[in-house]
Amino acid sequence: MDVAVRAEGLVKRYGDVTALDHLDLEVPTGGILGLLGPNGAGKTTAVRILTTLLVPDAGNVVVAGHDVLADPDAVRARIGLSGQYAAVDQDLTGRENLVMIGRLCRLGHAGARRRADELLERFDLVDAADRPVKGYSGGMRRRLDLAGALVAAPPVLFLDEPTTGLDPRSRLGMWDVIRELTSGGTTLLLTTQYLEEADQLARDVLVIDHGRAIARGTPDGLKAMVGGERIEIVVNDRGRVADCATLLAGFTDEAVRTDAQTGMVSASVTGGAATLGRVIDALAGASIEVGEVGLRRATLDEVFLTLTGAPAEPDDAQAVGA
Amino acid sequence: MNRLLWALHDGHVIALRNVILIKRVPEVLVGVLISPIMFVLLFAYVFGGSIDTGGVNYREFLIAGIFAQTVVFGATFTGAGLAQDVQKGIIDRFRSLPMARSAVLVGRTASDVIYNVLAVAVMSLSGLMVGWRIRSSLLDALGGFLLLLVFAYAFSWVMAYVGLLVPKPEVVNNASFIVIFPATFIANTFVPSENLPGVLRTIAEWNPVSSVTQAARVAFGNTSPLAPTPDVWALQHPVAYTLLWVVVLLVVFVPLSVRQFQRAALR
Repeated sequence: MDVAVRAEGLVKRYGDVTALDHLDLEVPTGGILGLLGPNGAGKTTAVRILTTLLVPDAGNVVVAGHDVLADPDAVRARIGLSGQYAAVDQDLTGRENLVMIGRLCRLGHAGARRRADELLERFDLVDAADRPVKGYSGGMRRRLDLAGALVAAPPVLFLDEPTTGLDPRSRLGMWDVIRELTSGGTTLLLTTQYLEEADQLARDVLVIDHGRAIARGTPDGLKAMVGGERIEIVVNDRGRVADCATLLAGFTDEAVRTDAQTGMVSASVTGGAATLGRVIDALAGASIEVGEVGLRRATLDEVFLTLTGAPAEPDDAQAVGA
Repeated sequence: MNRLLWALHDGHVIALRNVILIKRVPEVLVGVLISPIMFVLLFAYVFGGSIDTGGVNYREFLIAGIFAQTVVFGATFTGAGLAQDVQKGIIDRFRSLPMARSAVLVGRTASDVIYNVLAVAVMSLSGLMVGWRIRSSLLDALGGFLLLLVFAYAFSWVMAYVGLLVPKPEVVNNASFIVIFPATFIANTFVPSENLPGVLRTIAEWNPVSSVTQAARVAFGNTSPLAPTPDVWALQHPVAYTLLWVVVLLVVFVPLSVRQFQRAALR
């Protein structure tokens, strides 16, 4: 089995709204696919179908070698799901949650307890293990939820926006945990609104909007598509904006943008931080005083601008657009 | 067979979870236990003097009726609890596990039996305080309690279905009043059924709440030759008639509720 997840022609409609419009996707065994898109793009709908929670109007799905529609129980025995809204019981303690899930995964009472202990240890929840989840922080809840998805050590894992709503520190912690998991060979499909997150975690990225795939490729490929990284310089002396633009033109094959009003000079570059260092040296050499110099990665908004010709729409504006 | 055993196993795990929730959120339990005490006191002292039971001690007549009404009302908690379960994120987790589809329902209906056992215990004590006595043997009385609980269990599946039909837990209470109020009042629970007019009397005589009440009265020895049992098969054979309803309710509402649960959780 070299393909862990394969979906073909997924369609899901809610009344007049088409949540998924003939979506195809594939994750090789041991692979990591990032499903990238704005709110309402159909990411969660896709995950719910792949994890047997939702029946599509059309399409085929095979997960871990089993047909999701024909044999959902076989699929359920081989997947883990951690959702956008932590699926844990608020009134139970962390340990009780994990033991319950273990018993429902038929690990037996002792087996479930042992597995809960392991996971609490691994996710740094030992101190909070016997407190009701109600009192947990957002990051702790997500970790517990992820632990819940791993109770049966499933070969295929689905993470639906694992870091949405987390503070930056918890997000970094979550990324570490996910990296560790995937280094162990788990197949992962994760959804995210953040290009940076897909960049950090995924090997392949599928960009979707209005339920359709609009781009697929590696994170680097996608960034290249939207102009990769840009160096942005704010020149203190507006009179030297033109000098700065000339200087920066030596580091890029593409057009340099300038804004005389703000003193902003920018251009897309390759080579990242090393190029930035050389630009800074050159600026110093030319005695151009700058207020700000920075390397900025392409944002999801820019991906959308490039791919759809329209900015990523907020959730509630979608009906108007559709 | 294997499937059935696993379904019971999974239901048991969910029931244990619900028991933990009862311990952790005891406010619900307080409500469950206070309302039966109120009913016993209200009916014994407010209506007691005004309801004609044909010379029989009204409080003795009353208690079995209150028992029946309370355990049937207990089913509301099943409906509301399920409606709440379905709204919680944990349902997605349950549904992504290879567990029995019926487990959440089996667990909920089973753990709600605890409420009814406690409610019956509290009512018995308050009944004894207002003058109710068991005039049969202890074994007969236990049989009466058991029949009440079994009937309540079957009825809790009806409310499970209602709880899954309506979209919000708050609505469940209203919806269940529409079902439970007539079911428990158009019956021989608080007044003898022969005091009711025409059609209502027939309904009351064949109402399973009447038969379970009648069966409990017989089991507790709270019947009296002064108030003969109406000559209706359902009330002459109250245990058999009640058990028949138990079977019918389970056969109809267990599959219906499991299907509705799947559908409600799919939203």
